[in-house]
Amino acid sequence: MKIIVVGNGMVGYKFCEKLIAKKLPNAEITVFGEEQYPAYDRVHLSDFFAGKKPEDLSLAPASWYADNGIDLHLGDPVQYIRPAIKLLQTHKGHIRNYDILVLATGSSAFVPRIEGIEKQGVFLYRTIEDLHLIAAYAKKARKGVVIGGGLLGLEAAKALLDLGIQDSHVIEYADRLMPRQLDESGAEILTNTLTSLGLSIHTGKNTARICGKESITGLEFTDGTSLETDLLVVSAGIRPRGELAVEAGLETGMNGGIVVNNFLQTSDPSIYAIGECALYNEMIYGLIAPGYEMAEVAVQEICRLSANSTQRTREFTGYDMSTKLKLVGTDVASFGEPFANGPEVRNIILKDSAKGIYKRLNVTADGKYLLGGILVGDAKQYNLLLQTCKNRILLPQHPEDLILPVREGKKEEGTGITALPDEALICSCEGVTKGAICQAVSDQGCETVDEIKKCTKAGTGCSGCLPMVKDLMVHTLKQQGKYVRNVLCEHFNYSRQELFDLIKLHELKTYNEVLDQLGKGDGCEVCKPAVSSLLASLWNEMVLTKGNDTSQDSNDRFLANIQRGGTYSVVPRIPGGEITPEKLIVIGQVAQQYGLYTKITGGQRIDLFGAHVSDLPAIWSALIAAGFESGHAYGKALRTVKSCVGSTWCRFGLQDSVSFAIEVEERYRGLRAPHKIKSAVSGCIRECAEAQSKDFGIIATEQGWNLYVCGNGGSKPQHALLLATDLDSATCIRYIDRFLMFYIKTADPLTRTATWLNKMEGGINYLRNVVVNDSLGMGAQWEAEMQALVNAYQCEWKVAIETPEIRKRFNHFVNAPGEKDPTVQFDSLREQKKAANW
Amino acid sequence: MTTEKAILTQDKTWFAACRVEDVVENGGVCIKYGDEQIALFYFTRRNEWYATQNECPHKKQMALSRGMIGTKGEEPKVACPFHKKTFSLRTGECLTGDSCSIKTYPVKVEDGLVYIKVDIH
Repeated sequence: MKIIVVGNGMVGYKFCEKLIAKKLPNAEITVFGEEQYPAYDRVHLSDFFAGKKPEDLSLAPASWYADNGIDLHLGDPVQYIRPAIKLLQTHKGHIRNYDILVLATGSSAFVPRIEGIEKQGVFLYRTIEDLHLIAAYAKKARKGVVIGGGLLGLEAAKALLDLGIQDSHVIEYADRLMPRQLDESGAEILTNTLTSLGLSIHTGKNTARICGKESITGLEFTDGTSLETDLLVVSAGIRPRGELAVEAGLETGMNGGIVVNNFLQTSDPSIYAIGECALYNEMIYGLIAPGYEMAEVAVQEICRLSANSTQRTREFTGYDMSTKLKLVGTDVASFGEPFANGPEVRNIILKDSAKGIYKRLNVTADGKYLLGGILVGDAKQYNLLLQTCKNRILLPQHPEDLILPVREGKKEEGTGITALPDEALICSCEGVTKGAICQAVSDQGCETVDEIKKCTKAGTGCSGCLPMVKDLMVHTLKQQGKYVRNVLCEHFNYSRQELFDLIKLHELKTYNEVLDQLGKGDGCEVCKPAVSSLLASLWNEMVLTKGNDTSQDSNDRFLANIQRGGTYSVVPRIPGGEITPEKLIVIGQVAQQYGLYTKITGGQRIDLFGAHVSDLPAIWSALIAAGFESGHAYGKALRTVKSCVGSTWCRFGLQDSVSFAIEVEERYRGLRAPHKIKSAVSGCIRECAEAQSKDFGIIATEQGWNLYVCGNGGSKPQHALLLATDLDSATCIRYIDRFLMFYIKTADPLTRTATWLNKMEGGINYLRNVVVNDSLGMGAQWEAEMQALVNAYQCEWKVAIETPEIRKRFNHFVNAPGEKDPTVQFDSLREQKKAANW
Repeated sequence: MTTEKAILTQDKTWFAACRVEDVVENGGVCIKYGDEQIALFYFTRRNEWYATQNECPHKKQMALSRGMIGTKGEEPKVACPFHKKTFSLRTGECLTGDSCSIKTYPVKVEDGLVYIKVDIH
């Protein structure tokens, strides 16, 4: 059987892939494609500007066709078809007979008739060829305009930004962006977000004329306004490529779409049409998923013919046009009936203009079923909502919960996935159901998302379903009772606590020694900082020595916090929050000299933002000369010990909370731990220092101090619990020594004290027994170990600026020391600066 | 723009970037080549050299040279310090499931100098 495919786009390729998989005997497949490249991923075309090469977008190399016996002709469009004698001729003069002809000619960009559209600098946005032309022309363009505020138009606008055209505009004829997917409010939120990213949006504009002599210089609109530009990209929709079919006398629709039946047959039974050129039920399906479905149906139909069977297994009955995409970094989704309205419909709408979020659900009036909806800015729930809508799953009593932000006490996942039926379509690009994914895990032993992708193809298209695939995998594994050992990563088969003991036992001092003796492979971004933290907690040696610098988390490696744009923030230690006027002045002078943004932190100190990496040593030299030292704001280490003024000034104060806070902070400064540690000392029970929200907090009593432990603020605030009462200062310090050493030795990586306690069997009573009653008999040893760490303390920044080997690493360019990163950009805000948006 | 140039022209040259001892062991440094920023990595444990674009494609931050390197299986990789997206040092492919990838450059060492194969500007 001679099968000829006309068109080598995504759907044409998918057809070949599916047909090859059927291993039809006697099938001779020939493909004629118009473009020079073998089929490529048009969905991700704009990635080309973000650094992808044509090869990266390729679906299969030319060799794939050869390996599978397909005769591939590129750059050779078909010129005419003679259905009566089942024959076609191509541009290069090939004349072929066929038994079955498949038209997958796709669509072309719709070019509106505007005066001046032929001028130089006017482009379409459809093929890699178009992108080459745009990229070349963009070099001399400073302003760019896109006509078309739909899906592809906004992709094109992002491409202009990626090409460095900062003054980019979008023109939309309708009164809002993406009129097919979004309602007015959704489009308004999207417009605001895009505007903040630097795009200018003009809606309700009809272009009358393109101005300029040979090259474009601007646009004139029917309302009399105009806009100057150097470059124009037209993206005003698509037109199916039906010319061949029209010429061959096949039945076609208004816009040239080739009319097909439920089996993708055209009016000539030997000719099929699939993808964007096919007109089914008076509709063109301009998305990839329905195109793939059409390819599947056509393949099955051809197999049926080949086998002389009369039994039809699959037919095309239309396709859900729900979409989710990321436009210029913003989620946009619409599903089901996005605009459903009227007395039979209940609309639930959430709109947050500050956060750039808009969500709309259309629910049946009785609140039982989801009809459709729109999501802008946050489309995390898209898959779940789509499945709920498609499978007509009964809605919960309060359907609004589905789109409300998750708050404390509610589980992020849960209700959704388990409730879905096995036939729920999870990956709509490849048509993979929930059942198939769960089966891949339970029957075929897939235990990673990558394995599932290989096994089922789920998530290999637009990849939007991957979070759901992962949740399904975890859920299925749990159901099988699979135990996951709590090891650090693929390089260490130990938990953090086991490693702590082993490193101590073997007296290992560097990351490489630890990896050589206790691990395997070459390390990664998970075990490197975890082991570095253990080494620091055990030996308290300067973290950047002995080749340990590159095994530190980036912030520790540069002893500063990396911020948006790649500059750093600087936080000198201000123990207890007490500072002299002289030191305050120095901070101000340093900030002025190096142009830094200054802000008071939550921990009673001052953060200086916007420092170039090469300025850090000089900034710290000035600070250290004035008596400051590192604040370790960059480390998983003791941060601050806040205090209120206590008995020195306050009429209620019972003890000198400031002096004790300074004593505590200076004792534990630089102490590295599984996570950051915060503390505070309050002078009385009014608790102005908020000690009960800290990892350890101290509150003055008439007799001494009450010690609270394991509180934290952050995403899950938790109050600290009372560990011991009415302690004298020395006992209080001893208990804190023991408490901290116990935590450092036994907590998992990146676990705050609150979480550590929550997981501890016996809870606070057990902890009290260990720390106060010394039930493990470790008290004396822990106190001695802590004293050793305290004695080994040195200011890391002092060492860094005094050691030339370390100091020279604080440069952006190794081959141009001192030169700053030219891509760093700031905006101004309230007389200071801020990092430019990303 | 650099990517586009790389496709349109085949003109490449070996650029003497720095001396071997300028590069940190088991880590990266940033090389300036005209307007281009290249992250150069010396994977001392494996005695391998790699070079990639310095910009992380996720949030367009010039930061990959400050990232931690390591392996996933046998694949050498770098993690961006901003959001820990990881990329293969060999192919530039994103290993954390995103579709973005990074450009890679050939590297060679001769007489104590590190050379990177770059497009002629």
